[in-house]
Amino acid sequence: MEILDIANNLKNKFSDSIEFSEDSSYIKVEATKWLEISEYLKNDKDFMFDYLMCISSYDCGDKEKYGVAYNFKSTSIGHYLEIRIEVSDNESIPSVTSLWGSADWHEREAYDMMGLKFDNHPNMKRILLADDWDGHPLRKDYDTPEYYRGMPVPKDKTYWE
Amino acid sequence: MKVSDLSVINKFNKDNVIVEKLDTLINWSRANSQWYFQFGLACCAIEMMAAAGPRHDLDRFGNIPRASPRQSDVMIVAGTVTLKMAERVKRLYEQMSDPKYVISMGSCSNSGGPYWQHGYHVLKGVDLVVPVDVYVPGCPPRPEALIQGILELQKKIKTQTTLGKEA
Repeated sequence: MEILDIANNLKNKFSDSIEFSEDSSYIKVEATKWLEISEYLKNDKDFMFDYLMCISSYDCGDKEKYGVAYNFKSTSIGHYLEIRIEVSDNESIPSVTSLWGSADWHEREAYDMMGLKFDNHPNMKRILLADDWDGHPLRKDYDTPEYYRGMPVPKDKTYWE
Repeated sequence: MKVSDLSVINKFNKDNVIVEKLDTLINWSRANSQWYFQFGLACCAIEMMAAAGPRHDLDRFGNIPRASPRQSDVMIVAGTVTLKMAERVKRLYEQMSDPKYVISMGSCSNSGGPYWQHGYHVLKGVDLVVPVDVYVPGCPPRPEALIQGILELQKKIKTQTTLGKEA
């Protein structure tokens, strides 16, 4: 199925919470409806998206919105789909770990690097950085700390050079 | 002649007696049995493995990989030392028994390397947490470069005094 057909199909079922991107490369979904939609995407006979290839997170740059992009593939039908969800800092996204096991670590990475929160995740903690790390480094407004546990990470390195 | 010139056998042949400082004997044995701690942090570890493999054969210098810090004399810090790993590196160094030496292998562990400017997560040089004896430049250094570093460390060990006053 082409992405346009998928978008129309979803629009018929979930109407308001679906938005089709201008360059018709992805479908934007509301976070509140995501669990319902993801279940439909996985189990419906026309979709059968059984393979979650990747989850990437991004910063929209306006200090308000942070996004997450899911890439799906159906191994039985062969079609591909990108879904994006954009949330503000205090909103959270429902976890899809119960549907796709690969989401587990990807969601943890999105939390670690971008600070996105996922509801009902079985093990929601940092995956790469240390547990006591301050902030989320891939955010545009991230400020690198000068010290980490007494080890210097200086911004101004004139003394060192 | 010095024992370090490997003239021991000749001396033995003559009259079975050697007269030499004990320091020289200790340094000779230390320099030629640098058992190194087998751990790698990044791509430099691949070059270290290549150096330990049959083509470059670190064993001929007496450098044998050990799987435990308690059996090792030399720590080769091969790779990017992240801030999270830095504390582990320090802890492993502390667990090694004296005498212990550190070879910093590659740009990342020398100075942070490509993460010098923007790496929020990388320690800018492993010498901030452990004392380094030899720095091996390169990104990553070829096995020959690591071997040169090991030979430099041998030279350094041979100038040490264990029993006498500091030279």
